[in-house]
Amino acid sequence: MKLPQRSTMIFFGAYILITVLVQALISFGILNAFWSTLLRLGAVYAIVSLGLNLIYGFNGQFSLGQWGFYAIGAYVAADMTFRWTQQGSASGLVILLLVVLLVGVSFLGVSWVLKRIPGLDPLSAFALYLVGVFAAAFLAIMLGRVLIDPASSILKSMPDALATQIVFFLAVLIAGVFAAEVSYLFGLPILTLGSDYFGIATLGFTIIVKVLLDNSDTMLGFEEMKGARGMIGIPKIGSWLWVAIFLLVVLIVTRNLLQSSHGRAIVSVREDELAAKAMGIDVANQKIITFVIGSLFAGLAGALYAHINGFLHPNTFNFIKSFDPMIIIVFGGLGSVSGTLVVSFIWILVLEGLLRQVLPEGFETWRFVVYPLLLLIMMLLRPKGLMGGTELPYLRQILPPLRKKEAKPEEVAKAGGD
Amino acid sequence: MDKSSKSTTSSLYERAIRERWIGKGLLALISILAVGYISFNAKDSPSLFVQQLVNGLQIGFVYALIALGYTMVYGIVKLINFAHGDVFMVGAFVSFYAIDRYELHTWPSKVIPGIPPLLSLLIGIITTILLTMAVCAILAIAIERFAYKPLRDAPRISALITAIGVSFFLEYFGALQFVFTPNFITYKGPFTTTTWYINNGIHRLEAGTAPPDNSVLFSNILIIIIVVSLLLLAILQFIVRRTKIGKAMRATAFDKPTARLMGINVDSIISVTFAIGAALAGAGGILYATAYHQVVFFMGIMPGLKAFISAVLGGIGSIPGALVGALILCQAEVLSAGYISTPMRDAVAFTILILVLLVRPTGIFGEPEREKA
Repeated sequence: MKLPQRSTMIFFGAYILITVLVQALISFGILNAFWSTLLRLGAVYAIVSLGLNLIYGFNGQFSLGQWGFYAIGAYVAADMTFRWTQQGSASGLVILLLVVLLVGVSFLGVSWVLKRIPGLDPLSAFALYLVGVFAAAFLAIMLGRVLIDPASSILKSMPDALATQIVFFLAVLIAGVFAAEVSYLFGLPILTLGSDYFGIATLGFTIIVKVLLDNSDTMLGFEEMKGARGMIGIPKIGSWLWVAIFLLVVLIVTRNLLQSSHGRAIVSVREDELAAKAMGIDVANQKIITFVIGSLFAGLAGALYAHINGFLHPNTFNFIKSFDPMIIIVFGGLGSVSGTLVVSFIWILVLEGLLRQVLPEGFETWRFVVYPLLLLIMMLLRPKGLMGGTELPYLRQILPPLRKKEAKPEEVAKAGGD
Repeated sequence: MDKSSKSTTSSLYERAIRERWIGKGLLALISILAVGYISFNAKDSPSLFVQQLVNGLQIGFVYALIALGYTMVYGIVKLINFAHGDVFMVGAFVSFYAIDRYELHTWPSKVIPGIPPLLSLLIGIITTILLTMAVCAILAIAIERFAYKPLRDAPRISALITAIGVSFFLEYFGALQFVFTPNFITYKGPFTTTTWYINNGIHRLEAGTAPPDNSVLFSNILIIIIVVSLLLLAILQFIVRRTKIGKAMRATAFDKPTARLMGINVDSIISVTFAIGAALAGAGGILYATAYHQVVFFMGIMPGLKAFISAVLGGIGSIPGALVGALILCQAEVLSAGYISTPMRDAVAFTILILVLLVRPTGIFGEPEREKA
């Protein structure tokens, strides 16, 4: 039997060791609730930022919509576990599972149809997808009504704690896929825009999601989300072990994706779209795949966040916050997985934890003055990010570095002269 | 020629695909639903509908002033200047300090006794506006010099992230207790608001009384906003079209290397563009604060984004486009706020942005490559 590479074993060993160590510290009460929550939030931020790093750092699509997908994931997952723990019904779980499955099927069906219509513009394709989604959602709700009672009785026959954990696990997965499907639908027309217009449109998406969440009880009709008053009663079952497992899965997926031929295609789109197209890469396809995977991560992270905090408020998903993951990946280095991982934890632990305790009373607001300044200094002096090109051994990719700047005419002339 | 001959030979199906009928059908459906919903709700009270339009006019001209800065800067350096909305905020605060704290607008009557009060107020307000515009212009030049200029040759997104950083810095620095404080601050304004109502002729609304039903209200602030905005727009149009510096700006926007070859100092022209845009935003800040009697450190974010949407809607790079885009956007905004729900106006504004980008990325006044300011 062939043993895995040494770096792989070291990475997994270290990861498991750290996870167990932190879990032990939490179990023995050495880390209090404040710091253990911050550690879990750090992992959640790492998942969101890894998703954004995939979209922006590796694929070069400047997206500010990550926070919107994070919000969708949080609310969708919270709704499912809320209905299970507070109302004792699996209605949210069953219907959303069916919605996710049938919408996925409808996407496949519509894309199969679209392949037979060459030359269709993105907006028309979007309209067809929209029809498919509505049909699928209607069908799912009709079908789900029949299946709610049997599913609830199966879950009720299990021990209570186990059933809750199963519901939680499924809820996180479904929330992630739900966010990914929304991102597919939204990204389809939007990804045809240029880079900074794409950024503004995704920022708009975050704002639209926040407005809808503000009116979730009146306009969307979900009583339990309580609109702008904030959703309460979500079970706090997002333990450190769950978060660590999801972070590990996200890391492995990211790493393996980037080391595959797909990953090289993704990076080639960032480097030069025209050249990538000339090499036979389907640029639009790579963009949408990356966007969907990144949003899937955001949805997972949001679902975990909801069960760490136990309380959701639309203001948490304000678009101002949507710059957080962006700033994290800029600090960590665009296209650096290790940098994102490290900076996410630093961001949470220092900004929310350490500085809050160290700074004297009344100086907490200074944190937010300092970090934009750091960002500015960073952009001017070290645009590569904190970690630059260095990666942990397991995560290292054999990829060209991020293109620094467009070659100036005089530099080209100089290079030619030499 | 070729196109017409094709369409006669091709089938209906091919035409539907080529002319994007499905997408257009979706857009038509959305607009029919929106118009139908609003007219269904508006038919009971036409005066309320007109009142919404008047309110939209008031905010629309302020947005137009901010949008001009976006459109000019984007036209010349292709940068979405996120910090522009915060320059607007700084402008509002400068006028707050000048007028409410230090009563700068009353200086003519203090210096020259016996001056008519109206003339004194006019000179005082003009001084305040000029002061605010100057402060904003200097701030924008400093931002451009220290944050954006070193990144002129970096990828465009680096400059965009820097702009976000500058915007956050201005906001959170403003939120500090000894700067602008994190609270909403009441802004009295330089003059008292007088309101009129239109109901069988124009009448003045006495303080403390309610207007009769079915009347449309407007105030002196609305008139001042429209007059000042149009004046500034005319001045800007004059600068861009008739002066040497305007010519240089248009040349720089059109083709930077060639402009440099023609002896134009591109760096100073970019600084001037930032300064003019910021000055207009500062004037917008005064008008906004006077109209809504409130200043707060984050007041610039949303107007800034909305102004950017207006600039895109009108066609980025075009001065009349900014005005038209802002007016259309604000009408859509007040109507959705009035007839759907107040927070929905942000969602509607961004939906409009996304639709415009998809259907006509060059905006109403189009041709961004030619019509540069």
